[in-house]
Amino acid sequence: MKILVCISHVPDTTSKINFTDGDTKFDTNGVQFVINPNDEFGLTRAMWFKEKQGASVAVANVGGPETEPTLRKALAIGADEAIRINADAKDGFAVAKELANVIKERGFDLVIAGRESIDYNGGMVPGMIAALTDANFVNKCIGLEIDGTNAKAVREIDGGKETVSTSLPLVVGGQKGLVEESDLRIPNMRGIMMARQKPLTVVESAGANAETTSVKFEKPAPKGAVTLVSPDNIGELVNLLHNEAKVI
Amino acid sequence: MSVLVYIESDQGKFKKSALEVASYGKAVADQLGTSVTAVTFNANDASELGKYGVEKVLNVSTANGFDAKVYADAIKQAATAEGSKVVVLSSTSDSTYLAPLLAIGLDAGYASNVVALPTSTSPFVVKRTAFTNKAFTYTEISTDVKVVAVSNNSFGLVESSGNAIMESFSPTLSSSNVKVESVDKAADKVSIADADIVVSGGRGLKGPENWGMIEELAEVLGAATACSKPVSDLGWRPHSEHVGQTGKPVASNLYIAIGISGAIQHLAGINASKVKVVINTDPEAPFFKAADYGVVGDAFEVVPTLIEKLKEFKAQNA
Repeated sequence: MKILVCISHVPDTTSKINFTDGDTKFDTNGVQFVINPNDEFGLTRAMWFKEKQGASVAVANVGGPETEPTLRKALAIGADEAIRINADAKDGFAVAKELANVIKERGFDLVIAGRESIDYNGGMVPGMIAALTDANFVNKCIGLEIDGTNAKAVREIDGGKETVSTSLPLVVGGQKGLVEESDLRIPNMRGIMMARQKPLTVVESAGANAETTSVKFEKPAPKGAVTLVSPDNIGELVNLLHNEAKVI
Repeated sequence: MSVLVYIESDQGKFKKSALEVASYGKAVADQLGTSVTAVTFNANDASELGKYGVEKVLNVSTANGFDAKVYADAIKQAATAEGSKVVVLSSTSDSTYLAPLLAIGLDAGYASNVVALPTSTSPFVVKRTAFTNKAFTYTEISTDVKVVAVSNNSFGLVESSGNAIMESFSPTLSSSNVKVESVDKAADKVSIADADIVVSGGRGLKGPENWGMIEELAEVLGAATACSKPVSDLGWRPHSEHVGQTGKPVASNLYIAIGISGAIQHLAGINASKVKVVINTDPEAPFFKAADYGVVGDAFEVVPTLIEKLKEFKAQNA
């Protein structure tokens, strides 16, 4: 089984978000970049398929040379090879189209991409890849078993979950639940050393166009001070929620 | 040319998020000088949609339940039949599942997590959340057809007068290779996505055995229960309750955080909630900077009192 894990290069979850150039650009100054958490759950599940079922695992990212350390980290975690598609990640559609081109060219049985990146939160790349490559698709996947060409997946639905059966080729939108938080791997020294020897191929962009553009960013308005209520006067909290906030 | 809205229902009732989508669609239609057509599946009575500005309802009958590919294909055919340039969906799990498939089918640009009406319709620019609620972006969609998913609870319900006329619509339904084997859903519980009020517990509650009061508070308020990441990582509560940057987003009217300090990732995930209440023993907890109302106190004393006071309040206002 050939698996591709799509890796988005995103600001660490603790990052403070700021903008420059008249609020038109994300300020990367002082920001630490990591593998998108939703992708990391997928990568860790892929490692399981590699170790238990002999799958090969490639990782791919659409971005400039500055994203290579993130791909190297995925290699250090255990992926066999990395592909960097040398293009700006202009929008979700362009990213999906670039990835779909590589998938069609190289042929993967299973593609795992995070259900959304934690920067733009578009939530469209996995579904668009599935549509562009004519593969089956399960979004918000929280459990995945593969047997031959058959797949059993668990999908999160609002208020519960749903188990589905499908077949390869398959694209899943991954998230926590594919593996547990405690299953995530921190690359060890041996993994880091081995990652240096593994192939990282740069593929030229297919020139995918964007369909959307972020024209301006805005930070949420600063919050007013909290209204403190004494623990001896909880009736007042009920009163405020009813009369002032009007939420109960 | 009408604006097309996808209306989801659950057990024969239109979802609240779907009525919000209809309200949003109506406002966009007013901007564009056109009307609203809804597409829905297996509806019996569409009159309720008229109240939210829908003029025409295309009802698709299927023997099978939700399937992202089949539904996306049917909605695409409805959009084509109506000549719709704007298709509006909600942010439920099902809508966001099918939206990217629909966008590819229609060669449409897609914007998710949209929180306000287009600031301009030509070019077509919508405001959406990004960086998990740490910021907003104004996104221009440059394709001829646009697909927009509206964030739950962001636009609200807007009633207007009018009647919806239901027509049956019979698209060519595609086949699917994704077959539902089983569904595991608690029928009597409010889901975090649908909830107006969410009650959430953190590590300050000391152990899973103490969740009874969280559940009781949720029951009194008709709220969904949620938890912080450490609580779900410790296995005190199921992952499905984890809210925050890597968990579920919350956009409720009221969010009550009990024993949650307020890590930046948690605050990002719940930031779209309108009113936030924090109950914590530590007055320095970061959550107090993000909250509207706060109680510095012991949850084990404050929460039972709050339940009692809410019961009194409900008895008086019943």
